[in-house]
Amino acid sequence: MEQFLQQVVNGISLGSIYALIALGYTMVYGIINLINFAHGDVYMIGAYIGFAAITYAKLGFFPALVITMILCAILGVVIERVAYKPLRNSTRIAVLITAIGVSLLLEYVMMFFVGAEVRSYPKVLSGEVFHLVGVVINIQQIYIVVTAIALMILLQFIVHKTKIGKAMRAVSVDQDAAQLMGIKVDSTISYTFAIGSAFAGAAGVLVGIYYNSIDPLMGIMPGLKAFIAAVFGGIGSIPGAMIGGLSIGIMETLVSGYGNSMYRDAAVFAFLIIILILKPTGLLGKNTREKV
Amino acid sequence: MLEIKNLNVHYGVIQALKNISLTVNNGEIVTLIGANGAGKTTTLRTISGLNKPTSGEILLEGKEITSLSAPQRVKLGISQVPEGRRIFPDMSVLENLELGAFLRNDKNNIKKDMENIYQRFPILSDRKRQTAGTLSGGEQQMLAMGRALMSRPRILLLDEPSMGLAPLLVREIFEIIKDINSTGTTILLVEQNASMALAIAHRAYVIETGTIVMSGTGEELAKSDEIQKAYLGGE
Ligand SMILES: Nc1ncnc2c1ncn2[C@@H]1O[C@H](COP(=O)(O)OP(=O)(O)OP(=O)(O)O)[C@@H](O)[C@H]1O
Ligand SMILES: [Mg+2]
Repeated sequence: MEQFLQQVVNGISLGSIYALIALGYTMVYGIINLINFAHGDVYMIGAYIGFAAITYAKLGFFPALVITMILCAILGVVIERVAYKPLRNSTRIAVLITAIGVSLLLEYVMMFFVGAEVRSYPKVLSGEVFHLVGVVINIQQIYIVVTAIALMILLQFIVHKTKIGKAMRAVSVDQDAAQLMGIKVDSTISYTFAIGSAFAGAAGVLVGIYYNSIDPLMGIMPGLKAFIAAVFGGIGSIPGAMIGGLSIGIMETLVSGYGNSMYRDAAVFAFLIIILILKPTGLLGKNTREKV
Repeated sequence: MLEIKNLNVHYGVIQALKNISLTVNNGEIVTLIGANGAGKTTTLRTISGLNKPTSGEILLEGKEITSLSAPQRVKLGISQVPEGRRIFPDMSVLENLELGAFLRNDKNNIKKDMENIYQRFPILSDRKRQTAGTLSGGEQQMLAMGRALMSRPRILLLDEPSMGLAPLLVREIFEIIKDINSTGTTILLVEQNASMALAIAHRAYVIETGTIVMSGTGEELAKSDEIQKAYLGGE
């Protein structure tokens, strides 16, 4: 029982990170029907920005997180403007291939500048641990979960209560109707990229702190899993991405804890296949037709 | 108020509008009638800035607006109830109306306008919190009209507001259009229901395969033989 609880606690920490990344996938898909394959790399760059902010600028956790989020938001908007916007009226496959190209570009540009080697993250939080009914919870996990929850509440607030959020929802349903309301589609898309990328950046910092190591290819696997989390939750659905992220995190730690960590990734992919067979639109996905 | 001069619009190689010119004067109800595929929707979309013309001019109060974006045109007072209503189905009635006022910041007046809309369409007031997608067709049409009015338009473009509605409801919608007009909003009404449209319009244009083939007062056109034959089912 204790071991089970321990795995669940670890799973929630990991899952919160997946959820933060998954939100960006799902928001961008919701608004322009693009699977932004470069999203995992924004997360990787976020980890490096956090690394630099803590190591060289000697910033604490919170300022480093905020700066990372701002810079990643800008990076996300630049990617959208430079790579995707010119292709707004192209075929989906052209945009998808471009996204893969942007992903590779970011990975190898980073490798050029920072080298391919794994770096260990600076210690910005204390190594303190708490014992709670036999379960060990460390301070990093608390920071991760609290940060993720705070960001998700913030996102819910933005999406439901602010003009930008309402514009995002309107554009994701019907761009023409949104324009007839006076909503600028291009800037709304930019805001969506900004928010999604800021969240990915935050996830990058949290992962660096949690696993203590970063490298230029670190975005590939978590990016893929966060994408699966988004699909599992129902791509386009914000609550779906949160639930999907947590489920995949917990499942992964349970499989590694009880079975064999080598099967961890296989289990996640098998799980996705089963979900897609049982419910092709994902957990909270709508049964609406695919938009053209 | 609104003037269109020699407008040409293409979809790829298909020419949807051929040298169209029309005028809507301040305070008028002008209707544009025509059969399926004649180019009515294309005309309204181009006025709103959703389609870009290949050539021609659109003037609002004498000022050229052809190069402005759709949101900029909303800001200048052009509002549209699009074909098929295009409400936001997952949002509540209230949120749909709020989106209509997206470009406004005058909170108190928005509130007042919202009350006016609820007065005009009491059913929307009852359904405030309901998701718009669950409304009936007629209610959705009212919501789309209410939403369009929330921007305080100077000119309201209506694309087939009677489409798919029961005759009684059609009558009601046309009464409402007259009423909106009487409170000072200029109206450009696109319709296939020619008899109803001509009955409330001050002036009318007839469009056939992208060309304006006839124009006159509502009364004149309603009496014309060709219109009787082509659109009013007369002998
Ligand atoms: N997106 C599009 N792509 C290509 N052709 C189009 C497009 N939209 C409209 N057309 C064509 O342009 C012409 C005018 O269409 P439009 O929708 O303006 O007609 P309409 O008068 O509104 O018809 P209806 O009464 O059926 O709504 C038609 O021949 C139509 O097939
Ligand atoms: Mg039409």
